[in-house]
Amino acid sequence: MPTIIYLLADGSRRDVAAEAGDTVMSAAIRNNVPGIEAECGGCLSCATCHVYIQDGPVEQLAQRSEDEDDMLEGVAAERRPESRLGCQIELSAALDGLVVQVPETQV
Amino acid sequence: MSDAGVVIVGASYAGLQMASTARALGYQGPIRLIGEESMAPYQRPPLSKQFLAGGMAASVLPLKSEDFYTQQGIELLPDARVVSIDRDRRVVETARGERIPYRWLGLATGARPRPLHVPDVDLDGVYELRTLEHARALRAALRPDAVVVVIGGGFIGLEAAATARGLGCRVTVVEAGDRLLARALSPRMASYLEARHRAEGIDIRLSSTAERIDNRGGRVGGVTLRDGTTLEADLVVVGIGVLPNSELAERAGIRCANGILVDRNGQSSDPSVFAAGDCACHAQWTGGPLRLESVQNANDQGRAAGAAIAGQPKPYGAVPWFWSDQFGIKLQMAGLSAGHDQVVMRGEMEEGRFSLFYFRQGVLIAADSVNRAGEHMAVRRLLAAAVPLRPEQAADAQADLKALVPRA
Repeated sequence: MPTIIYLLADGSRRDVAAEAGDTVMSAAIRNNVPGIEAECGGCLSCATCHVYIQDGPVEQLAQRSEDEDDMLEGVAAERRPESRLGCQIELSAALDGLVVQVPETQV
Repeated sequence: MSDAGVVIVGASYAGLQMASTARALGYQGPIRLIGEESMAPYQRPPLSKQFLAGGMAASVLPLKSEDFYTQQGIELLPDARVVSIDRDRRVVETARGERIPYRWLGLATGARPRPLHVPDVDLDGVYELRTLEHARALRAALRPDAVVVVIGGGFIGLEAAATARGLGCRVTVVEAGDRLLARALSPRMASYLEARHRAEGIDIRLSSTAERIDNRGGRVGGVTLRDGTTLEADLVVVGIGVLPNSELAERAGIRCANGILVDRNGQSSDPSVFAAGDCACHAQWTGGPLRLESVQNANDQGRAAGAAIAGQPKPYGAVPWFWSDQFGIKLQMAGLSAGHDQVVMRGEMEEGRFSLFYFRQGVLIAADSVNRAGEHMAVRRLLAAAVPLRPEQAADAQADLKALVPRA
């Protein structure tokens, strides 16, 4: 399974080995990556697992859905073109080495 | 004098948020989080949705990893039930007889399913849905050909009904009121959901009250209604609302009325005692006392209490929001629609993509969105910033709501 690299708001980085079935959000929660809240638990209802896609196999990412695009309007930090909701990125071996930046705030 | 620290009773959203916020804002003393369940705090919304449908693993996602508690210095005490509070000595006592001292006490005791008082409700095959344990039991029983009667047409009942139907069960919903979701949704939105449930093949019996559970060889065989109708059933799900767990506070002489009464900092009538979440009744937003049962409220009120404990009050004033998923309907609610005198629709109900905007005396108070996440998010921000919105703007699908939201 892939290793995902989280760049934290304080400038540090965390490399996390994801498990089968993980998303960028759930891998962060399971591995105590700070700065990802996930208040709704991955139901696409809260926009508190916001990340910025930074680097890695970005071409392997599936397009964001219209719902995700809409929910991104409500993120607490600045919305950027590279903004995604972590719960909507299902991890597979193809995403090994994905680098995501965790924003300053989620609420 | 050493600080006896924070003791929080109830280890779910509100309790965890109180603990983590107090710590994040610099509270230095010990923090203990006492929970009745054996599991660390976990995600509850999927229990009536994806988890129940079987699409997830054997468990649900924890709210935080084990490392989080160690790293933050939050001691988790599972399988423990607090039975009394001695406010004079500032000590709580557990059912096992442990006495745990506190400087600050947080009550996040939640709510419990309202019991259905009918004969034979204890039979095998009668389920309720609040905890992971409940959800596991119900999930195992929901076989594709099962005949299911759901008692209660609120969110839990309807989500369970929709999930069961999706699994191929034959489902009847019995609701005592003359419409579904009377406490939570406007008549118009409730009738939309009712029509969708009926279209999906769910038999909905309104103005119907369960009289007894029918005993078929020692387990559930059906439900008999007050009018004499008998509904066959292999299993029964009871979802008739919840009751706040405020007895612990009441016995200790803390002021309660439909929950533990708190101010905007989550502070109770005892300044050393805070409360948050389903068990707490507060006076924000509408000006009157209000007890909300939602993840949003548990988190935001827990945050307010944690901030006050840390000596950095950030009074609770968040816009209430809530969501439900049923049959591909993504229903998202912002604000509280009770008391509205005008409803404006945007979008097309027939296409299953629309929002209903609720106004009181011309002022926007809430909106319910169906498969319109963008509008939901915009309304949350408009309400938070008290941006005026005219009913004509709300109805005009060309008017850009996002453009009205002030940028931070």
